[in-house]
Amino acid sequence: MGSDSATRAASPASTRAALHHAAGVHTAVLCGDWSIEGETPRFDTLASLKDNGGQPMRSLTFDATALGSWDSSLLVFLEQAQSYCETHHIPMDEAALPEQVTRLLALSRAVPERVARIDTHGPPSFLARLGNKALGTWTAIESTITFAGQVAMAAAQLPSRNVHMRWREFWVVVQSNSSGAIPIVSLIALLVGVIIAFLGVVVLERFGAGYYSSYLVGFGMLREMGALMTGIIMAGRTGAGFAAELGSMKITEEIDAFVTLGISPVEHLVLPRMLGILFMMPLLTLYADFVGIMGGMGVAVSLLDLSAKQFVGGLLSAVTLIDAVLGVFKGLVFGAIIGFAGCLKGLQTGSGAGAVGRAATSAVVLGITLIILANAVIDWLAALLKI
Amino acid sequence: MTPPSTPAIEVRNLTMRYGELVIMNDLNFSIQRGEVFVIMGGSGSGKSTLLKHLIGLKVPSEGTILFEGEDFSAGDEHHRKQVLRRMGVLYQNGALWSGLTLAENVALPLEEFTSLDARAIAEIVSLKLSLVGLRGFEEFYPSAISGGMRKRAALARAIALDPDVLFFDEPSSGLDPISASRLDDLIVELKASFGTTIVVVTHDLESIFRIADRALFLDITEKTMTALGHPAELRDNPPSDEVHRFLTRSSEGFS
Repeated sequence: MGSDSATRAASPASTRAALHHAAGVHTAVLCGDWSIEGETPRFDTLASLKDNGGQPMRSLTFDATALGSWDSSLLVFLEQAQSYCETHHIPMDEAALPEQVTRLLALSRAVPERVARIDTHGPPSFLARLGNKALGTWTAIESTITFAGQVAMAAAQLPSRNVHMRWREFWVVVQSNSSGAIPIVSLIALLVGVIIAFLGVVVLERFGAGYYSSYLVGFGMLREMGALMTGIIMAGRTGAGFAAELGSMKITEEIDAFVTLGISPVEHLVLPRMLGILFMMPLLTLYADFVGIMGGMGVAVSLLDLSAKQFVGGLLSAVTLIDAVLGVFKGLVFGAIIGFAGCLKGLQTGSGAGAVGRAATSAVVLGITLIILANAVIDWLAALLKI
Repeated sequence: MTPPSTPAIEVRNLTMRYGELVIMNDLNFSIQRGEVFVIMGGSGSGKSTLLKHLIGLKVPSEGTILFEGEDFSAGDEHHRKQVLRRMGVLYQNGALWSGLTLAENVALPLEEFTSLDARAIAEIVSLKLSLVGLRGFEEFYPSAISGGMRKRAALARAIALDPDVLFFDEPSSGLDPISASRLDDLIVELKASFGTTIVVVTHDLESIFRIADRALFLDITEKTMTALGHPAELRDNPPSDEVHRFLTRSSEGFS
């Protein structure tokens, strides 16, 4: 309909419809070309103009003899006419309209409301929403604890070989978190080492204590930044990956296929991922420590009157094995957090295309938040225990 | 051992909800052993939700579902697993595990539930794959084969453990007419040769008339089941206008 309307300029709105009155009958005269691209007349405006001065409308007919090309804009106008007639209890005679138009109008009226009757009682009150929110939070906490329990139980049964874990998946995770993650971890760790060293060089040099930059780099990388930065990178990289992977499997019913076969998705999907990241995080942390210290040494040696030997000597005299072990321990904890947050959010994925994205996002947010929280708690405990 | 007269599945006074919204009320029916039972109804009538209840993915909020006379949702984990291994499910899009080859997909349930050695498993796997016409595709990944093949491979996985009851969720959706009718033939064949009880959720009329021994109609406006019987008999003596319209594909009186 109206295929040529795009090329033809629509007639001005005022000339396309007019309401005439004769012998108690109102006739809407439709003329010219109708296009949704131009301004279209409104039936109620037309009727109210007439109502002001003329006779009250008793019935409505149409005159379409001068009608040119038309599209949905004409149908909209006719719908307006119909609803006007319905509200004012006026009979409307469509006989004079072109056949295609009446057929389309009939079709648009025939589509019934076939939605299930929804028992709504208006929008929920504030208290109802608060209650729902509280119940939702409680359910979320409950499911998180349940999931933690399932993972712990599956892990505990691992030595007894009651658990069918797919080692291939474990090695896939190990691979993607080793060769795949090395470049980004190297870059970030190197830059963090450089940043710490700059801090030392600039601040400590003011007090003539530039030599102690090596202490700062050593403690900073080993105790804090090595594990923390690796954790944050891995939460964004691997945690999001786990969530997206499991989320897609949830959407394609692959997870349901495990459940209905009586096979535990925790054993098959979660355990290999958790163990993979648990295995790799301490190693990556140690690697990040090393790279960061190298970066820091580069800065210190080039900006201060220090040799590499002096830097390493200072570093070794200050830091102890305990510092490195603390960092590695943090790496282990962060690994558990990343795996847990990623797999939990993945398995909790809802339905729809947006759900996987939301699962990945919330896995990263939850992962990073928990990592920083855990870091603070571990530091606090370490201070208490004087480690 | 349960007596042979016990129905495979019995549903008593089941109410299904979606949050607060009641989808279906008062469902009461039983599925006899060895029959092809079709759950039909319009889109959004809760067919797939009912299937999820039957396979234990959803726990009924009201009413009970008995599998061979017992309510397995109440039992312990071990017992539940033993019941689940006697069911096979073919999901709408197959739901093959995308990280595993077709052979590994079919082998996984066998590895999980039997103590067969690798060679015996491999033999069963290739038998099941050839039953669905996929011999030679053992090493393919699900992403490398067509939708129809994926569904058949998923069927091979569903029958890996020779289940007593097989569930199909919209088996013909997304398939061309020829693949869809091949799948129907397979369903009938499985029932005939293994005596498997088969439950199919579908709105595909052609399939319904080809395969169903009995069909259950879920009416979205009545919010309950309004018909149960052989589809041809239901078509000839429809218990309600909605059933008549559904089974004759008519939009008459559609208002």
